[in-house]
Amino acid sequence: MSTFKPLAVSIAVAALLGACATQTTDTVVPTRGPNLGRTPTAQEIRAADISIPPSGAGLPAGSGDAKAGAQVYASKCLACHGEKGAGKPADALVGGIGSLATPKPLRTVGSYWPYATTLFDYTRRAMPLQNPKTLTDDEVYAVSAYILFLNGIIAENAPMNAQTLPLVKMPNRDGFVDYSRK
Amino acid sequence: MDTPSRKPDAAAQLPATAGATVGRRKFLTHGITAAGAAVAGIALPARAAEPIGKDFPAWATTMGKPLSTYGQPSRFEEPVKRYTGSAYGTLAPGTGTARTPLEKLEGVITPNGLHYDRSHNGTPEIDPAKHKLLIHGLVKRPLTFSIADLSRYPMVSRICFIECAGNSSATAISPEPPQGSAGLVHGLVSCADWTGVPLALLLDEAGVDPAGKWLLAEGADSAAMSRSVPMEKAYDDAIVALYQNGERLRPENGYPVRLLLPGWEGNMSVKWLSRIKVTDGPTHTKDETSKYSDPMPDGKARQFTFEQGVKSLITRPSAGMTMNGAGLYEISGLAWSGAGRISRVEVSLDGGATWRDAALQGQALPKSLVRFRLPWDWNGQPAQLQSRAIDEKGNVQPTRKAYKAENAVDGRFHNNTITTWSIGADGSVKNVYV
Repeated sequence: MSTFKPLAVSIAVAALLGACATQTTDTVVPTRGPNLGRTPTAQEIRAADISIPPSGAGLPAGSGDAKAGAQVYASKCLACHGEKGAGKPADALVGGIGSLATPKPLRTVGSYWPYATTLFDYTRRAMPLQNPKTLTDDEVYAVSAYILFLNGIIAENAPMNAQTLPLVKMPNRDGFVDYSRK
Repeated sequence: MDTPSRKPDAAAQLPATAGATVGRRKFLTHGITAAGAAVAGIALPARAAEPIGKDFPAWATTMGKPLSTYGQPSRFEEPVKRYTGSAYGTLAPGTGTARTPLEKLEGVITPNGLHYDRSHNGTPEIDPAKHKLLIHGLVKRPLTFSIADLSRYPMVSRICFIECAGNSSATAISPEPPQGSAGLVHGLVSCADWTGVPLALLLDEAGVDPAGKWLLAEGADSAAMSRSVPMEKAYDDAIVALYQNGERLRPENGYPVRLLLPGWEGNMSVKWLSRIKVTDGPTHTKDETSKYSDPMPDGKARQFTFEQGVKSLITRPSAGMTMNGAGLYEISGLAWSGAGRISRVEVSLDGGATWRDAALQGQALPKSLVRFRLPWDWNGQPAQLQSRAIDEKGNVQPTRKAYKAENAVDGRFHNNTITTWSIGADGSVKNVYV
């Protein structure tokens, strides 16, 4: 029992020292870490940095047009997204432009997505669903061009690449209201 | 209701030796001795003819199962499981939702095996020894952390809910009220005790450039799920979470590390977190443009509607249950708000015409599920049960009608509207729109 005595004394002292000593811990947020992070190599960062913002920063070299994209689409995308991006079982990619304010809105890449860079970003990171990240950059550019062409947004022979893709003006570019500060 | 059955008469449960109605024969057998003792003022027990075991169930007269290294629920609880739905069937069995069976649970903490799961391309099996978290972009020092590194950092714990922005979407878009159970329709919300490293600590070590106003959080799964997060949230209460209800994260909830943004739509609490890129603006990823944005009737859409609105739901009684005759019941439900604490939950028995306050169970923690209760003496007549939550910021849970007026016909995200359970005279409980 003697081991309990010092503890009891210290609790009593702590209580005398005031509220700080007996403060509950749910308001304590650590403010300092042990600095264990390692500096990654430039190559490590390059390999991981696959996100593409609307500016197109980070788009890779390579190029592709709708004709080449139709081939990629037929072998890699059609089974889920249907003929010419009509959808079923997965999302429709084509059509619906002008439908958003009607009683039957159809939200597709063409009618709803505000930036073409998102199409490249998402296709390259997550498609095709069974084998994501297996398309070459040329294939991603080409299949992006094909979807944009089917939507009537670019010409069939317009190449998509790091320069041209960010310049594509999507029909619903101004269709979003930013609520991040509301 | 169907789940809690009425307790049998307590007296009938007592072992025979303890009952006043038993032992008559024994009394007769040993009557003389007992009578003699009674005269002496000493009550001697009667001698039993048989061992006591015959009056006990088998589990009281045989050895129990051996010790186990990881406990599992009773086999009798086997029906308590998540409701799974794969959007593309066998084509992609991991893409879809596993919903929490809210109507079969009590309290506010969701058991780890029943926490909801929305995954965009299945659950990856990640070796924690090989997993890294990279922080780069607009920072002074890009850094990469192993799980072992992160596990040595000072940590915080907090109980908070996570709710998918698509929760309750069926009641938003279905012209007829869906009749699935509370969990099937509204079970994309769960609540756990999360522990991890404050994101601000890691960002400070990397040194955020003043131009870094947003960050991109990305997962290591095959969908490489990614979302843009305003820097204010990162420094407010974001956690790089490693533990869920005391144990390491479950694989379907982001093992070995996930982002946790308390109160914000679940999709942003990126699971299997592998990269944070500090940026000057949002990246406009697929899941913050084509999905999880809120289309309005005029054709425009609200974007970056992060906070989950104030919401509540009666879980008992709820759709699919049956009231077992008139009498006393407890109305039990859950309330939560992404804006902070729940300050009040009201319950209506008449479809919203009149309201009374329900009791909030325990301390209402901010951005956590809160349990509310109200005793109800059901008279056996038809009734329409609703709950309406109000949070500390004064936000009031809206009606479905108000939601429909503000959203496009196919708008289905961020549906925090009042649910109505219609009780029939036959005891049936159905979902109705009022």
